[in-house]
Amino acid sequence: MISNTGVGIVSYGAYIPRYRIAASEIAKVWGAEGEGMGGGLGVHAKSVPGPDEDVITISVEAGRYAMARVPWVDPQRIGAVYVGSESHPYAVKPSATILAECVAACPDLTAADFEFACKAGTAAIQTCMGLVGSGMIDFGLAVGADTSQGAPGDALEYSASAGGAAFLIGRDRVIATIDETYSFTTDTPDFWRREGAEYPTHAGRFSGQPSYFRHVTECANRLFKDRGTKASDYTYAVFHQPNGKFPTRAAQTLGFTKEQIKVGLLAPRIGNTYSGAVPVGLSAILDVAKPGDRIFAIAYGSGAGSDGFDITVTDEIASYDRAAAPTVDQLLAHTQDLTYATYAKFRGKVRFQG
Amino acid sequence: MVQTEGIRYWRDMRARYNLIGRRCGKCSRVYFPARSICLDCHRHSIGKMDPYKLQGRGTVSTFTIVHDGDPRFGVQVPYILALIQMEEGPRMTAQLVDIDPPQVTIGMRVHTVFRKIGTVHTEGVIHYGYKFAPDSMPHLRA
Repeated sequence: MISNTGVGIVSYGAYIPRYRIAASEIAKVWGAEGEGMGGGLGVHAKSVPGPDEDVITISVEAGRYAMARVPWVDPQRIGAVYVGSESHPYAVKPSATILAECVAACPDLTAADFEFACKAGTAAIQTCMGLVGSGMIDFGLAVGADTSQGAPGDALEYSASAGGAAFLIGRDRVIATIDETYSFTTDTPDFWRREGAEYPTHAGRFSGQPSYFRHVTECANRLFKDRGTKASDYTYAVFHQPNGKFPTRAAQTLGFTKEQIKVGLLAPRIGNTYSGAVPVGLSAILDVAKPGDRIFAIAYGSGAGSDGFDITVTDEIASYDRAAAPTVDQLLAHTQDLTYATYAKFRGKVRFQG
Repeated sequence: MVQTEGIRYWRDMRARYNLIGRRCGKCSRVYFPARSICLDCHRHSIGKMDPYKLQGRGTVSTFTIVHDGDPRFGVQVPYILALIQMEEGPRMTAQLVDIDPPQVTIGMRVHTVFRKIGTVHTEGVIHYGYKFAPDSMPHLRA
């Protein structure tokens, strides 16, 4: 899927809730070895949504941050709004319509919710690219956001976190062009949640090699081949980060250095934000990127598939008003630690009967 | 199952999401929520009350800490309810979040955040709207 149509990122915004729970705090409750769990997964703390936060509130904050940085964009010119998530607050009733209303884009637009485990946000970006590239719309707003849950005591509980980012896709004054996107997709049931089930189920160690690593490396290698590039041609790389360990190993296999993945690797500090993972990592990179920088991004969604993006930062970023909204670094600087008891209360793991 | 409890919010949702009030075309006084007649200009304001978007910034006029509140906010107890003096003039009553009760002070600068307000029951419509957070938290530039 070669883009090459001048389509790219016009603006972006990320949002991460301020609450954190340390891996050691979770381990203490379940009799696991705290440092070992955090160190093994490469997740030392994860973000937790407040009791009044969900995918819709995260999407709205991220979407408003994105729009605030481009006051020249009339929101009425947004022709599509898509929210990708596996934790939409409603089973039936779109998150995207509330976001569209909150950025004043209604009513002349199409909107829908996307779902593809952890890559629903990048799938939303690709859809917007298609609509903009074909000339059907001027701008599309794509969000990847989640407030994911792991069953109490499950390994997922140490990583499943909350956050998201919004990308305004268009053709005018793009701060970064998306030169190509490629997706590698197979039917691989490594992680799922059945209708009505409270927590997801996963295939344990099989979520690694035949799932994450296969799809990420196949997608990356095809992108390298199509573009005629290699790891050293890129300034930054960001990978889906279900923990700190997987993306680090995938990057190493593909020839990327620690320096190239450092800025976009947030899992050690905030855990796995699922559909928000690559979008938030990419936001952290765009927070510091300079004209000419090249960014390599590979998302992964269980079930399974990988979306790859070859991105080039343009001169436009020099005049882009990044300071109009908080950077990822600023969001990470304001945190409050929770005890397991408060975390369990906030996340509905203990039920309030008041 | 028919459930109409969410319907009465429909008309106000856009205003509540994006802080759309009204401004008197005669004296410029701003109202939130919207009013169709200015309290100062009375009949002279008829037909001149234009939609006006508030920027979502203000200061805490006064506040109270709720320890025994509405059961729907039970998980959030103790929570802060504040009267906010908006820059454009109106005063708004709203929850103050992302701050611990002992840190709240009268006069502190705050901004709106988009949050879940509540739901009548677990299968009901979820209501969203504004709350306020202290300016020490990351926010949009003024």
